[in-house]
Amino acid sequence: MTYQGGNYDIVVVGAGHAGCEAALAAARMGFNTLLLTINLDSVAMMPCNPSIGGTGKGHLVREIDALGGEMGKNIDATMIQSKMLNTAKGPAVHSLRAQADKKNYQFRMKEVIENQPNLLLKQQEATEILIEKGKITGVKVLTGAIYACRAAIICSGTYLKGRIIIGDVSYDGGPNGLFPAMYLSQSLKENGIELQRFKTGTPARVDAKSLDFDKMVIQNGDEKIIPFSFETEEINIDQVPCYLTYTNEKTHQIINQNIDRSPLYNGEVTGIGPRYCPSIETKVMRFNDKDRHQIFIEPEGLNTNEIYVQGMSSSLPEDVQIDLYRTVPGMEHAEFMRSAYAIEYDCIHPTRLKASLELKDIDGLFFAGQINGTSGYEEAAAQGLIAGINAVKGLKNEEPVILDRSQAYIGVLIDDIITKGIDEPYRMMTSRCEYRLLLRQDNADLRLTPIGYQAGLINEERYKRFLDKKVTVEKEIERLLSFTIKPSAENNEKMIELGSTPIKKSLSLFEILKRPEMTYDLLAVFDDQRPALNWSEKEQVEVQIKYEGYIKKQLAQVEQYKKLEHRSIPNDLDYTKISGLRLEAAEKLNAIKPLSMGQASRISGVSPADMSVLMIYLEQQKRRNQRAGD
Amino acid sequence: MKEQLLNEDTIAAVATGLGGAGIGIIRVSGDQAIALVEPLFKNPKGKTLTKAASHQLLYGQMVDPQTNMDIDEVLLSKMVKPHSYTAEDVVEINCHGGIVPMQKILGLLLSAGVRMAEPGEFTKRAFLNGRLDLTQAEAVMDIINAKTEEGLKYSVSQLEGKLSDHLEEIDQELLAILSHMEANIEYPEFDIEEVTNSEIKTSVVTAVKKIDQVLEGSEAGKIYREGITTAILGEPNVGKSSLLNTLLMENKAIVTDIPGTTRDIIEEYINVKGIPFKIIDTAGIRETDNEVERIGVEKSRNLLDKANLVIFMRDISKPLSQREEELMTLLKNKNTIYIANKTDLKETEKMPDPWIPMSLLTEAGIDLLKQKMVDMVYAGTVNQDADYLVTNSRHINQLNKCKEHLHAALETMASGMPVELISIDVMNAVESLREITGKAVGMDIINQIFKNFCIGK
Repeated sequence: MTYQGGNYDIVVVGAGHAGCEAALAAARMGFNTLLLTINLDSVAMMPCNPSIGGTGKGHLVREIDALGGEMGKNIDATMIQSKMLNTAKGPAVHSLRAQADKKNYQFRMKEVIENQPNLLLKQQEATEILIEKGKITGVKVLTGAIYACRAAIICSGTYLKGRIIIGDVSYDGGPNGLFPAMYLSQSLKENGIELQRFKTGTPARVDAKSLDFDKMVIQNGDEKIIPFSFETEEINIDQVPCYLTYTNEKTHQIINQNIDRSPLYNGEVTGIGPRYCPSIETKVMRFNDKDRHQIFIEPEGLNTNEIYVQGMSSSLPEDVQIDLYRTVPGMEHAEFMRSAYAIEYDCIHPTRLKASLELKDIDGLFFAGQINGTSGYEEAAAQGLIAGINAVKGLKNEEPVILDRSQAYIGVLIDDIITKGIDEPYRMMTSRCEYRLLLRQDNADLRLTPIGYQAGLINEERYKRFLDKKVTVEKEIERLLSFTIKPSAENNEKMIELGSTPIKKSLSLFEILKRPEMTYDLLAVFDDQRPALNWSEKEQVEVQIKYEGYIKKQLAQVEQYKKLEHRSIPNDLDYTKISGLRLEAAEKLNAIKPLSMGQASRISGVSPADMSVLMIYLEQQKRRNQRAGD
Repeated sequence: MKEQLLNEDTIAAVATGLGGAGIGIIRVSGDQAIALVEPLFKNPKGKTLTKAASHQLLYGQMVDPQTNMDIDEVLLSKMVKPHSYTAEDVVEINCHGGIVPMQKILGLLLSAGVRMAEPGEFTKRAFLNGRLDLTQAEAVMDIINAKTEEGLKYSVSQLEGKLSDHLEEIDQELLAILSHMEANIEYPEFDIEEVTNSEIKTSVVTAVKKIDQVLEGSEAGKIYREGITTAILGEPNVGKSSLLNTLLMENKAIVTDIPGTTRDIIEEYINVKGIPFKIIDTAGIRETDNEVERIGVEKSRNLLDKANLVIFMRDISKPLSQREEELMTLLKNKNTIYIANKTDLKETEKMPDPWIPMSLLTEAGIDLLKQKMVDMVYAGTVNQDADYLVTNSRHINQLNKCKEHLHAALETMASGMPVELISIDVMNAVESLREITGKAVGMDIINQIFKNFCIGK
């Protein structure tokens, strides 16, 4: 039996990190939104590591925040330790990472969602998408209810036909002991959406009271916590430490002896796993010259004994897992609370998506998160936010929000997956970004706040603060440019005191700040007209001046890049009809239907000669049309 | 490939090979064409290209602005847009001095900021700028495809062997250091040795040295190496090796032996009236002439495929052998000079056309042979492949660019900049290098990180 469950503008399937952002964005933009989850206790669940951020990922969180998403605020409110990574390197690769209190993280996000006007959260398993004339019309759930909608966003994570593998034991299951979603895959396939099978895994959780932390190296957080959200003023918490320990010969011996019992090696698991999260057996087998591997011990929260053992994910049988964990110093008596497992799941081919994350051939149907083949909470949340915004934009008949590769990590992420396709779970990395120096985590607000504001996700007050910061920074840079000091004996004495070398001619403070040993704060001794700047304004001034030359170089590259992105290609082109195009190129172009010359040139298998042929063809069409119009 | 999609920069290419009359034309097209050629040109009366009228010839010298040395006597024609083939500003440089100055001029243009045109790019621009009719679109596409294929053939044949090995070595060196830097950036907390500035420096300097080696090879030898490929064929003991020695005698100075170009087929170079010829299989010629050993039909075919010009030689004192008859059928479609040697043994009144009578003992017939070789080039029968010149200049240019980026990396390092900025320079260097092989960098760095380092949660 089916029944009408109600009418919504937007239905979001799945309340993980993608679904939460998607639903919140849609509701905050004023659209009536329904958020479905297979289990109300799994909202914003972190089934793998208990941390948010890290290299590349920290950038994503800051960008989500600048656009008006929730992840940054949520982790700021629930973190138990924080660290800025890569501080020994330059500002472009500084990355924030915080340990979360997992349960607290979930509770806070659930509370935010529950109290969001226009948004209803329901425990229901979506089983079918309802399509009429190439348009989404509703979502059906296991109990028979049909929720009519004008747009739907599928954020099904790793639940689709989820299969859990622990050594020789395997069963249908979702992450963290939850039920899998066994029906939706079929409905997607029936609507022409091809699926592929990916795999990921997670280590065991062990009981803190069974560990001996004295045998491990303590890892504390930073003294001063820098928040993720540009709205969070400061964070004052008692931080909880993590620990570091190592595997050893004995660990490796056990793995070698039992490798034939690993489904990764005996052919049981066929899904493609991420190289970014190799299992311990993969590490030992592939790098057998390494005599030890790092193990990071991370608490899962303040009110639990559960400890996440980073570096020990495995799909070996449970008995082997226990043996090998117990070889590690400090874990000799480790008691398992949850076993390590591998999970296989269905995901789509993201090349079927537009940059808005809408499916190319079904109107109003969006996809975000691990269903698109990505891995990671942050990658999921970033896509969720964009899908949420664009579902609304679609309903309002407005242009979608599409961030390009020179604007945001989010832009790189989406462009990569929809243009290049993926054959393993996709993780954000700073080296994927060609304009890394411009896309810093420190300037995410400057890059993206206006876009969040225009979408209606950033309020007036915050927008005004953003404008103030922007002006303050610009003015201060101007001022430093015109503020010169003379090579007087007094000034040069100060220079030496500051650990620098004397100046030979009059120099602006701008020039002096470019010296590697100089900081904005140090220059105060020369500067009696200095305005009061807060730390993030100072940071901007300093970074923008110190790396000015390199930033300019990248900006020049971006200009070229933008020109090509703006050369649009009609999306109804049948490339196989272009006679001069090689078959391989024509097929690839037909599958992806790039929107611009820039995007087309990034498709693998499309050569410069193909691009030239395409240009000639487009010019030919243009002239034909002009002639027809005359 | 961004520049070539934007059609905004200034491009150059050899418009004709060193064929008829030994004149080659380099065509430069784009907004900066006039401005960029100007500083390389000197007119005896002080006329400048900028002031010259459109569609008039301007006589003068091309000069190297660095050394102020004359390179070649040229005629320039300036065509102001839209009245040119591409409808852009075009300068055509008619060079007289053969392949070496042409290569030099192309090199100067490239280092002045001109980009080497992609195959068919002039025609493409002509079409995009409305110079060619709508109906010609298909033909333009064909030209692009045909030229690309042709270009590929040459660049691949040039990349065979040691040169490609050298490029691969440089690529690996840079990729290794780059992926190490990136692994440190992506996984700051993992057990990977932090790459030190001195390690980066060592790798960068090593790469620069290797590039210099390749460049030296290319400048000293490669230019001469792109002569007209010539094979000397004939039965054993007809005098092939004596002919070779005679031809080589005057050319000792340019017989080079630069590693990287010769493999089992040994090549030697002769210069006949300013035109370089590359004689292939000189080892084979000597061997088969010394020992009584015949070269197989397959090998002959192989040589013929490679050669632009064939010198076929027989011993006139002996009757025509069956083998010789076979060889002569193979030669039907080739540009061949036929030599009847050992006229000292058999006095022959008149040799039937096209045979050139020769006696290597008295050196009779040598001058006639040389004249014939040169005539065939000037008549355009035998053409120097312009593509060789082009690929070679392109490679040199890319290698120089790669070097520039590596020097920038050293500067970045010296000015105390962090690793992710050094990485940008090294990345640019790899990309310049990769433009030679056409292999995209794409996922290579990330693949390398996960191949070389054990990281990930």
